[in-house]
Amino acid sequence: MNLGKILKNGFLILVASLVLSACATQKKSTGQMQGDVYTGTDTIKYLAKGVPDRVFFGTNENILTTASRDTLRKQAAWLRKNSNVNVVLEGHADERGTREYNLALGERRANSAKDYLMTYGISSNRISVTSYGKERPIDSGSNPLAWSKNRRSVTVKAN
Amino acid sequence: MKNIYILILLILMPIKAFALVEVDITRGNLSPLPVAVSPLSIDKKSKENFEKLLKKKDIGSEISIIVENNLKQTGLFNPLNKDAFLQEPNIAHLKPRFEDWALIKAQVLVTGKVSFVNKKLRVEFRLWDILAGKEIMALAFTTVPTNWRRVGHIITDKVYETLTGEKGYFDTRVIYVAEEGPKTNRVKKLAIMDQDGFNTKYLTLGNELVLTPRFNPTNQMVTYLSYFRNLPRVYLLDIETGTQEVVGDFPGMTFAPRFSPEGKKIIMSFAMDGNSEIYTMDLENRVVEKITNHPSIDTSPSYSPDGKYICFNSDRSGYQQIYVMKSDGSNVKRISFGKGLYGTPVWSPRGDLIAFTKLHKGKFYIGVMRTDGTGERLLTENFYQEAPSWSPNGRVLIFYRETKTNSKGEGFSAKLWSIDLTGYNERQVKTKTDASDPSWSSLLSN
Repeated sequence: MNLGKILKNGFLILVASLVLSACATQKKSTGQMQGDVYTGTDTIKYLAKGVPDRVFFGTNENILTTASRDTLRKQAAWLRKNSNVNVVLEGHADERGTREYNLALGERRANSAKDYLMTYGISSNRISVTSYGKERPIDSGSNPLAWSKNRRSVTVKAN
Repeated sequence: MKNIYILILLILMPIKAFALVEVDITRGNLSPLPVAVSPLSIDKKSKENFEKLLKKKDIGSEISIIVENNLKQTGLFNPLNKDAFLQEPNIAHLKPRFEDWALIKAQVLVTGKVSFVNKKLRVEFRLWDILAGKEIMALAFTTVPTNWRRVGHIITDKVYETLTGEKGYFDTRVIYVAEEGPKTNRVKKLAIMDQDGFNTKYLTLGNELVLTPRFNPTNQMVTYLSYFRNLPRVYLLDIETGTQEVVGDFPGMTFAPRFSPEGKKIIMSFAMDGNSEIYTMDLENRVVEKITNHPSIDTSPSYSPDGKYICFNSDRSGYQQIYVMKSDGSNVKRISFGKGLYGTPVWSPRGDLIAFTKLHKGKFYIGVMRTDGTGERLLTENFYQEAPSWSPNGRVLIFYRETKTNSKGEGFSAKLWSIDLTGYNERQVKTKTDASDPSWSSLLSN
């Protein structure tokens, strides 16, 4: 890394921290998170080209963001084209909650995704739902970004 | 596990009900009672027999060390160094020279004798009040030699009971989840050990994820959550025979199981369409009953010891809080009103308190409150800890604690910890592997 790059990165961090402190009371956008919902791409896998396999949630939330709904519409379109494929929706929570509540929360998140797929024409008998609570984090970090990646519902091919 | 024999208790002498020395366990004990635990005396022949059988050189001395460690772990007693003892174990057991024991500042003395009789282990022990110069208690019993560690625990239970006026919790076991491997793909097995960390046994192989084992308070059955064939369901396991079965015939995830106080029902959550409700299943007639009916998450149910009430966790107010209802599901009342989120309520075996986990401003607490929600007391604060389980006498809580990982996501660990109801005497409970979800058994004997 040359000096110019270091300075540039330092400047970016400075700008980022200014932005953060300027809107501490508003929803933060850090490039990888909107509020505390993960908006990055580095954990995502694809069911098919252009069809991301997962959606992310805010802390204690099961609300689908605009981006999540977009992802699920892509999944629904792909599932309509591939009518022989069934899926399992695996709901997950971050490590900052009690184990049993998180199992319930994961189930609730996966069902949010299921409901949305159903409104886009996917039959409920093609979708099963399960929850891993906080048992299968994708990122082992103990920080807000890692937690945001772990609060997710992942659509997995069942056959 | 064949070595769980019922012990034959023979009372040697009738004991007067009053203890001369008393230990106050209701406050954090800052000056633990000095106690001398003499090695149990043993004759040469018995010693040889036990050595052959158990591969232990001096079983009398080994048992006294168990008693000593148990007493020390309570924080209420200060076992004195054996090097300072002036009297031989066999002579002390007959009649201690009280001046000698007073000299080393002992206030109570435990003496005893082990012998090999008809292929059995026979033990007798006495508890002495040094200052009063009196015997406070004497007891003898016989058991199979492989139970020798339990002998130490039973002696401790009797000593504790005599000196504190409360039942002990030493002849007990803890079932927990043994954990290994990376945080993103932990291998979890059911494990069981004696309360002091010895005799660890694994009950599952780690092929499937297992969580939240809980003892039946009346026998050696366990209920837990298993992801066998990737289907999270509540199971019932007999730890004597190893037989397992799914509890109920639910078309979805069942979790958060516990037994009712008389051990005849399992109470648990069933999740369906994004809604978790509490159900019971009667283990005799297999009748399933729905207890809650609310479109929110209702989970972590725990019965009051009289079976009349259930405390549980619900987010019907918007966030995780603790609620109490009658056991038929009526009269639901929220009882947690402090700042933060509340989870894992568990009713004390004494009936007067509910232990819980609380999350507030990024910290996790283990605490207790009265059953109406008043008198909240936080016992310990940490980065992450949850799932308290009561000792059978309701004096101690065991729970698990996880560490924060570093910036590379390394350094994760999960360990068992215990703390007194007073908030004192917090200590790690040693396990062979990382561990979580502990559940304390009831007393195995008496």
